[in-house]
Amino acid sequence: MSLRSNLPELAKHTLEDARKEFPSRVGKGDFVVAGKNFGMGSSREHAPIVIKMCGVTAVLAQSFARIFYRNAINIGLPAIVCDTTAIDEGDELELHLSDGILDNLTRKTKIRFPAMSSTMDAILSEGGLIAYVEKHGDLVFS
Amino acid sequence: MTGKTLAEKLIGSHTAKGSVSAGEVVIVRVDYTFSHDASGPLLIQQLNTLKNVGSGMDKNRTVFFIDHAVPSPIKELSNDQATVRNYASSNGLILSDAGNGICHQVMAEDYAAPGDLLVGTDSHSCTSGGLCAFGTGMGATDIAVAMKLGKTWLRVPESVKMKIQGRLPRGVFAKDLILKSLSILGTDGATYKSLEFDGPAIDELEVYGRLTLANMTVEAGAKTGLVKSDTRTKQYLKDFGREQQWKEIHADDDASYESEIAINASDLQPQVAFPGSPSNVKPVSEAKDVKVNEVFIGSCTNTRIEDMRTVAQIFRKRQKAKDVKLIVTPSSKRLYLKCLEEGILETLLEAGAIITPPGCGVCYGAVGGIPADNEVIFSSSNRNFTGRTGNPKAQTYLGSPATAAAAAITGYITDPREFV
Repeated sequence: MSLRSNLPELAKHTLEDARKEFPSRVGKGDFVVAGKNFGMGSSREHAPIVIKMCGVTAVLAQSFARIFYRNAINIGLPAIVCDTTAIDEGDELELHLSDGILDNLTRKTKIRFPAMSSTMDAILSEGGLIAYVEKHGDLVFS
Repeated sequence: MTGKTLAEKLIGSHTAKGSVSAGEVVIVRVDYTFSHDASGPLLIQQLNTLKNVGSGMDKNRTVFFIDHAVPSPIKELSNDQATVRNYASSNGLILSDAGNGICHQVMAEDYAAPGDLLVGTDSHSCTSGGLCAFGTGMGATDIAVAMKLGKTWLRVPESVKMKIQGRLPRGVFAKDLILKSLSILGTDGATYKSLEFDGPAIDELEVYGRLTLANMTVEAGAKTGLVKSDTRTKQYLKDFGREQQWKEIHADDDASYESEIAINASDLQPQVAFPGSPSNVKPVSEAKDVKVNEVFIGSCTNTRIEDMRTVAQIFRKRQKAKDVKLIVTPSSKRLYLKCLEEGILETLLEAGAIITPPGCGVCYGAVGGIPADNEVIFSSSNRNFTGRTGNPKAQTYLGSPATAAAAAITGYITDPREFV
């Protein structure tokens, strides 16, 4: 299969165009902290999948491109829209998803973020769209 | 009750209650689902996981394309394509195999009709909006579910009215209009929204050009881009033997838009997107004298028959510059045959072009003219992100097929109005 279809191999190249050392430095429990329109462009679900495979807990950004956002939630990777300007590399963060609060333990600040839509919340709380559909056998929002 | 936008009408007609307004989250019936060799293997993995879900896929409305790297240049991609081909064949689904064309071109030629709702595993699935079908791109998991259940969920988008006054001058095309729109919107100016084009310049634009507009709305982050269905849409469907699928659709006069952007087409010059972003757009006059090493005329954005006729007219009795690689990739077999019939390929070959098989070609960066380090490529496609054409050390400029042809002749980015 191609490199694109070989997800474990592809994961070794995660975000390397943005930060060459990213794949070697990222680890379990890390956050990806981004600016505006994160995930711009393609519909490829491979993008959030490899980020998740690296152990990333959540992607935090000021805004997301539509398809990336939907894909991330569908595979059970929280994508949080929040003010990321007050986060520095290396800060220790604690995510309280259902409360809409991100604790910056290093800076001792709290970043509040709006709740995601009830549909997205329903998918994410089941662990993603596949798990959701397997459980309900259908799309049954609201 | 206020009137409906095109997005509200097209989504509403696919819901159980029949009518929706912007902001609502709804379950919609889908008319077509499709995928291709680049995202198909992941999609098939998800389909296999969901094997006990749904009552079977609609064999007449589920389409698999092999279009992204054709013919396959390496065994790994051949294997991905075999996965897709075998899955489609063994499940009795529609297979549009290598050589038949790019998914968005073929969907617009053979399948999508005004009023339809279609979803595909490709961001440019919005292309069919040019013939008033609601198309949008999603990931493999969403499409797997849509294929299995025959439905998906959507948030009804707010609409932005793109009011295009005047008329496009000679040598200025739909591509220039969408590039100008992107320079105003930026790459996230329409995120989640529907961009709806109307006005006198759109009335005069054939569906071929409208497909180009819709195709690139995703470059502004849009969920879809739509144009009404009128008598030009009827003529387009007639060109493909599908006149009976025509119906008139337009937004209500009292529809509610989030905002309106007005552009006077009469004032428009040819536009060029500079390397790095499709919204990094300037008039061609600010790009002239940029040396070009390769010219690509192809992609789901811009290889309709009108584009090919324009390009052939420019190359008639002219040669490409000696040091420019000129690559022309027809977007479908049907278009390829039409170009043959009209003598267009002969003109292009005599001008020095390399004609490659129908598919995504160098726009996907896996096959068909990957540029060398430090080369500049002028492309009629939709994206110029670093590395898009397969070499991160090359730079890509975007423009209309006419501007691409002019660059191939002079070897520099050139105003095509000198030639058309």
